Amino acid sequence: MASLDDLKKRISSVKSTQKITKAMKMVAAAKLRRAQESAERGRPYSEKMNNIILNLSSGLSDKENAPKLLTGTGEDKVHLCVVMTADRGLCGGFNSNIIKKAKSYFKKLSDNGKTLKIITVGSKGHDQLKRVYKDNIIENISFKESKNANYFDANKVGKIIIEKFENKEFDVCTIFYNQFKNVITQIPQEQQIIPLKMSVDETNKSEESYEFEPDEDEILGNLLPKNISTQIFKAMLENSASEQGSRMSAMDNATRNAGEMVDKLTIEYNRSRQAAITKELIEIISGAESL
Amino acid sequence: MSEEFNLEIVSPEKSFLKKDNVTEVVIPAFEGEMGILKDHISIISFLKPGIIKISSGNEENSFYVDDGIVEFKNNTLSILTSNIFDIKNSDKSKIQDMIKEAEKDLSSDKLDDQKRFIISQKVEVLKSLSLN
Repeated sequence: MASLDDLKKRISSVKSTQKITKAMKMVAAAKLRRAQESAERGRPYSEKMNNIILNLSSGLSDKENAPKLLTGTGEDKVHLCVVMTADRGLCGGFNSNIIKKAKSYFKKLSDNGKTLKIITVGSKGHDQLKRVYKDNIIENISFKESKNANYFDANKVGKIIIEKFENKEFDVCTIFYNQFKNVITQIPQEQQIIPLKMSVDETNKSEESYEFEPDEDEILGNLLPKNISTQIFKAMLENSASEQGSRMSAMDNATRNAGEMVDKLTIEYNRSRQAAITKELIEIISGAESL
Repeated sequence: MSEEFNLEIVSPEKSFLKKDNVTEVVIPAFEGEMGILKDHISIISFLKPGIIKISSGNEENSFYVDDGIVEFKNNTLSILTSNIFDIKNSDKSKIQDMIKEAEKDLSSDKLDDQKRFIISQKVEVLKSLSLN
């Protein structure tokens, strides 16, 4: 059995770990609120954008000459996957859930004989993927310096993707991120952004016909690159809310586990202290009896 | 009958401005300035760098925009833009920085004519702002 001193040391070390996890939980909770707020504030933009594109593409007269970003290159050979993860760990299954989702998708692609290219956003995803998919990763982007998800960063990613598309480096682009449902549940998502897959929601579709200035094609050509950045930004916002939520529940668990451990260790400590006292008493008594 | 309609300006990060008593908005649409009054036909267009003028009641506000999409429908004007600021409380040094950056972009030779036109437009508008 461990000595009393050892037990004492372990108790105090678990206690200080508990303090750290508790502090991290509280920080994550504060950040989560902010991340959630900004995710909500960002929603009108992407919704409006979606509506306009929907209205535009449904009114598109000449489907053949529509912008490639909408219809795709017509081929399905090279897939670009943008895997968006966090820059920091200690957030439960957040990063590994995205990676798991992405890996199963990668496997499906390679089974079908497609070429795979990967862009990782966030350093944790890169760390986990580089072991197996080293040759497939063409770019690794990380925004460690920026505190919050901002549109400027999203735009940078968007520009890289569009540039690669225009150089015909890939045919289909899919992004992976965690969708924030609530603090306990985050759902890893795969979303195809090139060619654009519209979730056709008939209720939002207006019957009215629009006047376009200049013509539809030109507006779409201008709008679609922006939509890519917007989708990336949306994913970033969802991701940052999910990251904080995930970290919060992970740290909450850790704090609770540490508490349980402290309880167990304290009982053990008290027992062995009691045992030592009893032993000493027996020694004294039997010593006195033998006289 | 009232001549007012709704205006909403949203940026990716937040809803930038919301008004329901706007009488006229002048936007720098791609093919020239466009004034929008109540009961305008439904329209979708996009913006080039320029100044949005909003008249509501006795107030008049001006905003600088880099780019954006405009949609007018059912007497609601929605402007989606990624870079917008109020001219009244704009920061002169920030404008100077933007001019410098735009001029740097302009000197690159990879631009096509349309982009070149847009950026030179941007420089022009920003310069006129920094003079006031």
